[in-house]
Amino acid sequence: MKAIIIDDENLARSIVKEYLQRHPQLELVAECGDGFEGIKAIQQYQPDLIFLDIQMPKINGFEMLELIEQPPAVIFTTAFDEYAIKAFEAHAIDYLLKPFNQERFDKAIAKWLEQKTTSTETATQELLETASQSPSQSNRIVVKNGSKIKIIPVHDIFYLEAADDYVKIHTPEGYFLKNKTMNHFEQVLDGQQFVRSHRSYIVNVQQITRIDPYEKDNHVAILRTGAKVPVSRGGYGKLKSVLGL
Amino acid sequence: MPASPFSARRFLITFSIAWLVLMADHAILLYWFDFPLKAAIIDSIISNIPLLGVCLLVMNTIRYYLPGREQYMNILIMCIVLTILWLLFSKWLLELSLNSFGDYEEFLHRSLIIRFSIGFLVLGIVTMMGINWFTWQEQQKTEERKKDAEKLAREAELFKLRQQLQPHFLFNSLNSINALIGIRPEEARKMVQQLSDFLRGTIKKEETQWVSLMEEMQYLQLYLDIEKVRFGNRLATVIEIEEETQQMKLPALLLQPVVENAIKFGLYDTTGETIIRLETRKQEGELIIKVSNPFDPETSSPKQGTGFGLKSVQRRLYLLFARHDLLVTEAKENIFTTVVKIPQMPGA
Repeated sequence: MKAIIIDDENLARSIVKEYLQRHPQLELVAECGDGFEGIKAIQQYQPDLIFLDIQMPKINGFEMLELIEQPPAVIFTTAFDEYAIKAFEAHAIDYLLKPFNQERFDKAIAKWLEQKTTSTETATQELLETASQSPSQSNRIVVKNGSKIKIIPVHDIFYLEAADDYVKIHTPEGYFLKNKTMNHFEQVLDGQQFVRSHRSYIVNVQQITRIDPYEKDNHVAILRTGAKVPVSRGGYGKLKSVLGL
Repeated sequence: MPASPFSARRFLITFSIAWLVLMADHAILLYWFDFPLKAAIIDSIISNIPLLGVCLLVMNTIRYYLPGREQYMNILIMCIVLTILWLLFSKWLLELSLNSFGDYEEFLHRSLIIRFSIGFLVLGIVTMMGINWFTWQEQQKTEERKKDAEKLAREAELFKLRQQLQPHFLFNSLNSINALIGIRPEEARKMVQQLSDFLRGTIKKEETQWVSLMEEMQYLQLYLDIEKVRFGNRLATVIEIEEETQQMKLPALLLQPVVENAIKFGLYDTTGETIIRLETRKQEGELIIKVSNPFDPETSSPKQGTGFGLKSVQRRLYLLFARHDLLVTEAKENIFTTVVKIPQMPGA
């Protein structure tokens, strides 16, 4: 079985490496210093288990996992992150609080081996759903564009549009696709800035220059870029209350 | 204590209605006693409009100078004096305009005491209501301020505790020590020492204390040494202290959050090596400290970068010097710079 360690601190990786020596059935195939290397290594080696730090350069551990289609089993290692710990506990995912000893480490491995037969994938998915609502993560969205990773600051977004199983995120650099639901974004994004103007649209109110009537009961919001975003009757009410009209 | 426009309007409406009733009552009463309707109405208007003026004057006065309990006697005397003045004034006006009506003059003289009683009663009631109303408002505001102040103090205390502990830094350092024990025990021992000295420095110093730049730099060096063990080759520092700034003073523990911000911003935003620069100089008698770090303008806006610990430093500087211009940040190309200015307190 293959394992990968992803942590930005050299010594933090070396302690995991040391503890891993007691588990010869796990072969350490890669050590990564940040999320980008992590994604590459996971695609290359298809590991069975990863040890993942949360606070890392560029993209954090949760954001990295979001970008992987079928994430492997994860044991999180973190020093202090109240929010993350709550998320772990809620979804029965194992985590190691730094500093941890060999005993605690062995326990985590044993738990993983035991659960390996049952599916942990859903738990990880649920965890990511909760984690993406953390304050540190709600001001940016990480997307994959081909092989490139793009970090979109939330205030750059013009509007979001539903597209089958994906959501199109329209930005100054064109649009990006993210495999999430509109409901997810409606929850995660700040309701004072982003309003669900229509079943299939969420609009950044700071981008709106005017709202025009359109056909019978509907309206259309004109953005600074000239783009037109449909506004349903309910959406119009929401927009009015956010804009204080 | 300026009232909101809403309550001011409500006040005016209340007064208008009360006076309409009062004037109507006055006129009807005179008419009942067989005065011509015109005379009754003129009498009512001439008596009551000045009374309204006096009442509004009193209201306006207590709105800005709310009397204390010990001044109630003065208020009573003021009411009597004002009523007499009002009575003299309206008597003069009434005589001027109504003496042509038969035996009006005699009636006016006989009714003076009644006019005085009613005027005094009205003024007294209005004054009492005003005092009650404004006292109640004042109390409400004091209560609110007290609550706000308490909440602020609680939050500040919690935040300070959290800041002092710096859990993220502490636990990561302990984790590094744990790793070093296995591979390089000598270094582990050294790091334990550094971490202890650093924590002692944090606990020992009061935030109100002033220290020399040299002292603060020693403390900062401990912090940097620990961070270097954690991040290894990825973190490099360049420190340039000008000779003449060494003995200049600054509030204790002020620099560490600035440098911590630079390290986090730099290290967490770039995957390669990060060089943190710290320069000091003296300018117009003020101590200038410049801290800079690289960042990637592609992935993070500097706006995000100021969020970390700089707010609290800014707040501290404001509380100490009442100036907002002492901490300035600037993002140019891919370098983020924080400049802190410390005015030198004479004798500090």
